[in-house]
Parts: sequence; C-alpha cells; structure tokens
Amino acid sequence: MLNTDYKDDVLTVYLSGEIDHNRAAGIRTSIDSQINALRPKRLNLDFSSVSFMDSSGIGLIMGRYRSVGLVGGELSVVNVPDGINRIIELSGVSTLGVLK
Amino acid sequence: MNVINEMHLRFLSKSTNEGFARSVISAFVLELDPTISELADIKTAVSEAVTNSIVHGYRRGSGMIYIDAKITDSRKVIIKIRDKGVGIADISQAMQPLFTTAPEEERAGLGFAVMQSFMDEVKVSSKPDKGTTVTLSKQIVALR
Repeated sequence: MLNTDYKDDVLTVYLSGEIDHNRAAGIRTSIDSQINALRPKRLNLDFSSVSFMDSSGIGLIMGRYRSVGLVGGELSVVNVPDGINRIIELSGVSTLGVLK
Repeated sequence: MNVINEMHLRFLSKSTNEGFARSVISAFVLELDPTISELADIKTAVSEAVTNSIVHGYRRGSGMIYIDAKITDSRKVIIKIRDKGVGIADISQAMQPLFTTAPEEERAGLGFAVMQSFMDEVKVSSKPDKGTTVTLSKQIVALR
C-alpha cells in the first residue's frame, strides 16, 4: 500500500523503502490507477522515505511522467534524499524538468 | 593481490531475491568498513546485474543465478554475477545507455550505465543460449 494524499488537483504519493524491479510493478499499477481515477493536474512523487533505488526507480519516474501526461497533468519529483541523488543525476531525468 | 575472503551464493531467479542478493553482498563487504556511499554503489550495481539476469537472462522461464565474490588484501571487491539464461547477442548494444529490450516493463535501459558509473570496472561476457557473466570490481578506500 502506498501513502497518498489528494487535494486541489494535486496527487502526492509518498514512496518508501527500497525501490527495485520487484516492487516497481506494484507501485506503478497503484499510482496509475489513481492517476486514471483522479486525473490530477500534478503528481508529486515524494522520495523522502526511500532508502534504496536502482534503475527500476528511474523507469518508474519516466513511466509516470508519461502516464500523468496522458491525463494532462505534470510530474514533480520531490524530496530526493542524498543516497539516491546519484542515480537520479546519472539517469538524466533532470532534463525532463521534474526535479523540485 | 591475495584473496582474503570469498563467498558463493546460488539462488532462483525470483524478483524477491533482488533484495536478498543486495543484503548478502552488503553483509559480505562490511568487513572492509566501506562508506555508506561505497556500500550503496555496490548494492545498486549488484541489484542491476541480478535484475538483468531475471528480466533478460531468464525471460523465457526461471533458473539459477550465481554470485561469486572475493575481497583482496588490497581492499578490492570483485563480484561475479552469472546466469545460464538466453545470453546477450550484442554486448556493446546492450551496454549503451537507454537501450532496452523490455520497454513495456518500463526498463530504463540504464543497468549497465549504472554499473559502470558506480563500480571501477565492469566486464561482461556472454554467449547466446549459454548465459551471461558480469564481473564488477571496486576498490574500497582505506580506513579513515
């Protein structure tokens, strides 16, 4: 289960723990069903409680950039901890303008 | 360069074992007292290699993944991740950032780029229908 919050057309998803290939599919399905139900103008992915992330997390970010875009919304990636900053930088997701 | 410790691990290509492999490798390298960032680099690189074996190597079914790890007296960690899966037809293409054969699974195509960036050395050898071996090595800086 993901902790989420929805108000004023903004859907915030609080990710936590380790994000790898094993967990990514479940997180993806859960977020996408909420995107499709709520059609938010903005999706905030909050990484503050994420302790580990590999490139599966990058796929998750890029995929949500697309899925929220399909309903006319924008993605923001917020509260990235130091530990996972390196993989985010390496991935080039910053060029999408989503890092806040 | 003498080997001062080594371990061998064999597990089924289930995605729940990605976390298991990361935990084992962290515990193994702990004797070198790595920094948090060195440890995160190694865990991430191993996670990428194991995930590749599961998602690509054994995409037609499941099989065993083998990890052989060594620590040398010069504080170098050498980790070999091996599968007996489908192999990689074109290694240089597979190693190109953003290249992926599994976009529908939202694979970012960054696995090898991450391994290369987080480790000192990455070697890949593969034979179609025989399997793939990825060898990762990293020097752990001396005790502070």
